[in-house]
Amino acid sequence: MKLSAQSKAFAVLLSAGLFAGCSSTGETQDDGAYGSDVAAIDQEGGSTVYGGDDQDGVSSSAMTEEERMAAQQQAEQEALRDITVFYFDFDTAEIKPEARDVLVAHAQFLANNPGQQVRLEGHADERGTKEYNLALGERRANAVQRFLIVNGASRGQMETISYGEEKPAVMGSSESDWAQNRRVELVFE
Amino acid sequence: MLLRKLVTVLTLVLVTAGTVRAELLIRITEGADAAIPIAVVPFAEAGNIPAGDKLSTVVQSDLAMSGEFSPLPAEKMLSLPSKREDVFFRDWRLLGQRYVLVGELTRKGDRVSARYELFDVNTEERLLGETAAAPASNLRSLAHHVSDKVYEAITGVPGAFSTKLAYVTLDTFKGKPRYRLQVSDVDGKRARIRLESQEPILSPAWSPDGKKLAYVSFETGKPVIFIHELASGKRTKAADFPGLNSAPAWSEDGRSLLMTLSKDGNAEIYRMDLATKKLTKITNHWAIDTEASWDHTGDGLFFTSDRSGGPQIYYKESERASPRRITFGSRYNARPRPDNSGKFVYYVHQRDRAFHIARTNLKSGEETILTRTESDESPSVSPNGRMLIYATKQGADSVLTVISADGGAAYSLPASEGDVREPAWGPLVR
Repeated sequence: MKLSAQSKAFAVLLSAGLFAGCSSTGETQDDGAYGSDVAAIDQEGGSTVYGGDDQDGVSSSAMTEEERMAAQQQAEQEALRDITVFYFDFDTAEIKPEARDVLVAHAQFLANNPGQQVRLEGHADERGTKEYNLALGERRANAVQRFLIVNGASRGQMETISYGEEKPAVMGSSESDWAQNRRVELVFE
Repeated sequence: MLLRKLVTVLTLVLVTAGTVRAELLIRITEGADAAIPIAVVPFAEAGNIPAGDKLSTVVQSDLAMSGEFSPLPAEKMLSLPSKREDVFFRDWRLLGQRYVLVGELTRKGDRVSARYELFDVNTEERLLGETAAAPASNLRSLAHHVSDKVYEAITGVPGAFSTKLAYVTLDTFKGKPRYRLQVSDVDGKRARIRLESQEPILSPAWSPDGKKLAYVSFETGKPVIFIHELASGKRTKAADFPGLNSAPAWSEDGRSLLMTLSKDGNAEIYRMDLATKKLTKITNHWAIDTEASWDHTGDGLFFTSDRSGGPQIYYKESERASPRRITFGSRYNARPRPDNSGKFVYYVHQRDRAFHIARTNLKSGEETILTRTESDESPSVSPNGRMLIYATKQGADSVLTVISADGGAAYSLPASEGDVREPAWGPLVR
């Protein structure tokens, strides 16, 4: 009982952390990208294209808005793609709901960049047996691979490997250490 | 020319590194309640017997290690006989001893010969009277041999003190992990490094003749099964398919290996004929199937599968038989290792938050948890079925622990530094 309450609390923490991580990195990158993009559009579009010949101010501002949206979306996607580690519950290979948007962003990036390769490294925590954990790490990597394929990446871009419990992200034997070690890492090459 | 010289120097360094070792220490943590009192009298010595641990000390330590004997400390002995005429049985009875071992070491050229006799103190009957010899540099082997004979004469079961252990140590060297596959005596002494790598080494498995080890090494960046001839150091890749190549286990004739491969999508158990490399698929299920091990008949096999939702132990009477589930006692049971009598199967068993070693009596189905430690892994049964070694944690360190097969006595083998894990108990070699 206590255990599951704890792991739930941790899961909430983790997802909160993930969420906070997204929005904060999102904002910083957003500001920079958005600001410079707008400045460039204003200078070029304003003075050379629209300001001189074209009378249609409405159409001009609509274009800018569209581009702004696209730029913002791209920045958000890029920010999502900063997250490359995905966590799992004990003895499962189920992708957590909070990981889905991020994985979709990775899948779209892979789809848009067919030359890009990624290695999916599956890991387990130290509990249980080494050989079973090796298979479990592989199952987790495969689950991520399937998710990426369904969302547009192609199999040829991906390589999976399992390290089982051999390469923990953190040493230690607490619930929170274990939670950080049950993971799949995306390594872009 | 220069290059060749360099290579020679490097090789030398490697060989030297191979003989310098991080020995395991021995720490007896618990004695059995019903240990048999035995007096191992220091052997008389004739000629130039090499200094170092005395033969009788090694024999005492072996017998104590088994948990089945309680050797009398030499300082409590009233006399130090080396042959029958000098044994006063009344004295040994007064000291509460059941058995007394006496003997003499004689130097003959490069060899040392041991003449020894074992007596039942109550009946005054001689149970054993033999001589054995070994190179003078190899007194430990001679001592383990005597221990084996004494153990067998009293218990009726061959001793396993002359057998070897394989295990993997892990420490940090120049900021990088250093995995070392080592082979030592069962008391942790005379360890020798067989392979060193910055990448993980797992699942060492002894060939039935004790001459080779199969294991999983990540040295190429992924798990690959190697076969390593111990005498020559020659290594071959046995399995290097896409995905997992893991959990090797030898057949009794040494001609094939059970292994877990995921080349067809997920972890399945295969048998590879080592001469032809031909694979036979033994399991075929969407679940994880791994950690296979032949039973004592050589026809049936135990393995781990999570086809029921979590890992459990299954048994197939033959390669083609349908699997039968063996464990039901908890949500997590894995890595089965049957003994050679067909009576028990040992495995890792989760109870509440802890992972213990447990065994199931295959006839009655009764399950017994054998360990009280909480992060227990990798059980390996001694070839005489009387002892079990496994990896566990002491504080932050991983150590090896030996217990009697019923969970009684225990001793631990911590590494002098770093972790030690993945023990594999070698076969009896005649």
